[in-house]
Amino acid sequence: MDALAEARQVSRRFGGFTAVSAVDLRIARGEVVGLLGANGAGKTTLIRLLLGLLRPSDGSVRLFGSAPSIATRRRVGYVPQTLGLYAGLTVAENWAFTAAAFRNHGAAIPQDIRGYGDELVGSLPLGAQRQVAFAVALSHRPELLILDEPTSGVGPLGSARLWEGIRQAADGGAGALVTTHNMEEAEQCDRLVVMADGKVVATGAADEITAGRTVAEVRCADLNRAFTLLDDGGFAVQASGTTLRAVGPVTAIADSLSHGGVDATVRAVPANLEETFVAIVARPVAA
Amino acid sequence: MKWGLQDVHLTRGPNVALAGVTVPVDPGRLTVVVGGDGAGKTSCLEVLAGLAEPSSGAVYRPGLERIGYVPATVGLYADLTVQENLDFIARAYRLSARERDRKADELLQVTGLSGARHRLAGQLSGGMRRKLAVSMALLHAPELLILDEPTTGVDPVSRVELWRLIARAVADGTAVAVATTYVNEASRGACVVLLEAGAVVASGSPEEILNSVPGTLGTTQAPARPTALSWRRGASWRVWEPTGTLPAGVRPVRPDFQDAVVAATLATERAEHGRHA
Repeated sequence: MDALAEARQVSRRFGGFTAVSAVDLRIARGEVVGLLGANGAGKTTLIRLLLGLLRPSDGSVRLFGSAPSIATRRRVGYVPQTLGLYAGLTVAENWAFTAAAFRNHGAAIPQDIRGYGDELVGSLPLGAQRQVAFAVALSHRPELLILDEPTSGVGPLGSARLWEGIRQAADGGAGALVTTHNMEEAEQCDRLVVMADGKVVATGAADEITAGRTVAEVRCADLNRAFTLLDDGGFAVQASGTTLRAVGPVTAIADSLSHGGVDATVRAVPANLEETFVAIVARPVAA
Repeated sequence: MKWGLQDVHLTRGPNVALAGVTVPVDPGRLTVVVGGDGAGKTSCLEVLAGLAEPSSGAVYRPGLERIGYVPATVGLYADLTVQENLDFIARAYRLSARERDRKADELLQVTGLSGARHRLAGQLSGGMRRKLAVSMALLHAPELLILDEPTTGVDPVSRVELWRLIARAVADGTAVAVATTYVNEASRGACVVLLEAGAVVASGSPEEILNSVPGTLGTTQAPARPTALSWRRGASWRVWEPTGTLPAGVRPVRPDFQDAVVAATLATERAEHGRHA
């Protein structure tokens, strides 16, 4: 497979601080890669390195097989979380501006946003603004998409439709890098790269990353009392609808509950992506 | 229901913000209001908090001094330190010094903000600011806690800490209503209300919403959209058949909460189109 973007052992230091440390990352055609990490994990620095906005202190970055430059920038579509649109211009004006910037004159505004053409971007609901930002970013047929929380704030159906667009671009041979704190978005990606303290700490499909990890699911009549017992007992415990999910051995959790006089069913269930992520990146919580 | 909204309508200028919305909020239970931007989440919470007057319907809430409310734009004082913010709230609610110190120490410990007591709130990270804002709303031990998108844009580690703070309040018997745009977070609620365009699309416990999907759901790797009622899940498609049977080559799959929410929203959208057609 062709690598659209490839970082090899790339590091970036700012003075004595290492923001990115010996990271390998590869995005192939047709692939949607999710980049996850807590704030300060190094995601933004890594993207700036990939785009050529920062030079690596060590290691190498290749975009479309060459060093990042203005020429490679033309082949990238970028949608920041703030969308990068001009709120005071209409949808058609935003479209024309981007087309001019990419020397893509006369590109026809796509059907799905044509209806908003004369409206100011700032007056549209967020879901529609995201749709416009995505269409504008795709207007010059980029081969690599870089998307920051692309469906943030959009309802379930709007999100599903935006993802259909991302997938369509990938099916057409583009690659995408999605940075997100949103586990629903992460689960839509083909492959995830998890960063912590500037390093890659996990990589693989969502189900590969969660594989083998379990949490204890607690079912009982008095969930609030069970929560208090486990939380006070130093277990990382979260409420989840009509169950609790706690991190730790099933027997220790069951013992803790029965000592506290709570009659509960405790069993090991597969950990979800958020639980796995927190277990990987978080320092253990002091009891 | 002890607190909450019953069939509430709210108009804002020419716009219908809420069209007959019911949101039960009970002591010791978490209600999550979920929907996209503009779905009506903030309107619901503002009506519940007494900040907006509905045109019809009933609102059940304790006295204002028994409510803790955190708007989506964080309600704290950026020029005050963490400790000063908490002290200010304690004075506003006339807490005794002992009560204030006991509760503030507990909240700072749970949120991991103890070490940041003397830092200016404006200099905290986004996640820390949210934790401080929720702590401030909890300081006077309210009967009803209302949080508007406390976790939006917060990284997963801080998010889990915020949910711990919320779950502790629930376990102490507080009635809690939280708005979120993240569907997977909604399944934390004992009661979930899914909003779209100011109306309730689905409500109940996560299990009830999951079991309310009619017909069958399938999955396939088709290159193009298989049916009108299809949506993407990663590289594959979900195909929903509310009444008939799945097309050939589509393998049945058990819906998860995310699927149930998309299906409920699609069903509502189709019903609307039906009415307008």
